[in-house]
Amino acid sequence: MTDSQTFQPVLLEAVGVEQGHSLESYRSRGGYAPLEKLLAEKQPPEVVEMVKSSGLRGRGGAGFMTGLKWTFLPKDHPGPIYLCVNADESEPGTFNNRILMEDDPHQILEGTIISAYATRASTAYIYLRYEYPQSWKALQAAIDEAYAAGYLGQNIKGSGFSLDIYLHRGAAAYICGEETSLLESLEGKRGEVRPKPPLPAIEGLFGEPTVVNNVITLASVPVILADGAEQYQSYGAGRSRGTLPFQLAGNIKQAGLVEIAFGATLNGLLHDFGGGTRSGRPMKAVQVGGPLGAYLPREQWDTPLDYEAFAAIEAMLGHGGVVAFDDTVDMSQQARFAMEFCAIESCGKCTPCRIGSVRGVEVIDRIVAGDRPHENITLLEELCDTMIAGSLCAMGGMTPFPVKSALRHFAADFTAAQSR
Amino acid sequence: MIAQRKVLTDEMVAKIEALMPRYPTKQALTLPALHIVHDELRQVPLDAVVEIAQLLDLAPAEVQDTLTFYQFFHQEKPHGKVRAFVCRSISCALRGGEQVLDHLCTKAGIKPGETTPDGSLTIEPAECLGACDFAPCMLAGDDLHKDLTPEKADQFLNAVRGGAS
Repeated sequence: MTDSQTFQPVLLEAVGVEQGHSLESYRSRGGYAPLEKLLAEKQPPEVVEMVKSSGLRGRGGAGFMTGLKWTFLPKDHPGPIYLCVNADESEPGTFNNRILMEDDPHQILEGTIISAYATRASTAYIYLRYEYPQSWKALQAAIDEAYAAGYLGQNIKGSGFSLDIYLHRGAAAYICGEETSLLESLEGKRGEVRPKPPLPAIEGLFGEPTVVNNVITLASVPVILADGAEQYQSYGAGRSRGTLPFQLAGNIKQAGLVEIAFGATLNGLLHDFGGGTRSGRPMKAVQVGGPLGAYLPREQWDTPLDYEAFAAIEAMLGHGGVVAFDDTVDMSQQARFAMEFCAIESCGKCTPCRIGSVRGVEVIDRIVAGDRPHENITLLEELCDTMIAGSLCAMGGMTPFPVKSALRHFAADFTAAQSR
Repeated sequence: MIAQRKVLTDEMVAKIEALMPRYPTKQALTLPALHIVHDELRQVPLDAVVEIAQLLDLAPAEVQDTLTFYQFFHQEKPHGKVRAFVCRSISCALRGGEQVLDHLCTKAGIKPGETTPDGSLTIEPAECLGACDFAPCMLAGDDLHKDLTPEKADQFLNAVRGGAS
């Protein structure tokens, strides 16, 4: 882990820096220089190519190749094309968007402007969750500064490229972090998930081609432009390139953000950075990737922090939220929490998610109460499979992963009550 | 023929209209308009829904449909002068978040989701406030209260009762 511990952050450079959120500070760190250079020298397709070859993947959870996503936009579209910044960070256990928005909003804005240039978007909406009033203030102040400095508005720095960025406030709905639900919400409707196809790139916001990118994804773009795609690509492992600010939380001695390159092990994060449990008791399980991520037992903590390595053990790296649990935690209740969270936050559009999650809570309660546990465990497994196969989006489609992992790795917790 | 507005003030209407150039459709102003009204009144009564619909060329049912999807908006009664969201999510739960919520509610004499009889405080559970590194936490107005303990919760309640937010 020595390499990781000495790793110089590329995204979180300004976190904790006095006045780091100001335009002056951002410029003093070389900020907006990549933008000015590319406006003068590069055509949009070159920027798309750079981001593609950097290996950058969506940091909101899905890990889809960012540059590739941009190429799905129709060529020679007369416009308008929209860029939506997904700042609806609502996954329990994640907070890297919030810290970056508060401490270095200009990095996000520069990434947004560069990405809008690359995708030929003329308007960008930042969909920000209601629960982040300080992020709202920091972003709005930064947007005002950027307009005054000529980085936003008409004919940016004489390039002929124009862009407006608007902040749009959410209203406490977790599901609006799902990209199609975010679009519905922005249009003023219920935040119900849309079936795909059509992809938002073809028919997105207000029926126009739209790119939706996460805050951390966009903030990574200026880094790629400044240091070069090759440099960015040199961090990481396998198909997971670059860096991610991992978030340590839960029963952990040292909670907080750790920006490292992909490829280090989970164990390293938990012990070298996290310092073990806060309670001092043995660590029992770790959940990575929010409430839709699997609960990992000790045997799996040597898994490298890499999208594919996590997928191979039916887990997900997601947005890099890491929550630790000590040995006093009853994993059957955590499984119940996953189903309950889904029941509360489901948009209600598809049946497996809306009703499956409610039934999931009931079945887990029956198992724990000792009501025909074997039969009900089979039923729960079937319910999970139905939700995975039949849900419209990741909410219903991935809620079963923590449940299944709890059943597989911590089966005794489900039957403990009866044997007591 | 525009009917006389009963709830929306000229100021609210001006704020909503100022945002219109940002969006290609009027319907996209639904959430901003609901927020503008809610910021002032701490609720969006049904009459306001009708007036927003009129302003945005929508059916009142469309605005109401959107409003009811989001847990944020109070409709029938305004929330308290201070609205406190206490996180009930995983990281906070692992560090005593539920106990803090119970403590606050017991001391304030209300259940989660309710408002104190004097209208000073509403306490609501929240899913995740994105401050897991300072769990358990609470958002009251624009202020994030970190590393909550029963003692800190008491101080907060005293400040609310003293009229400060």
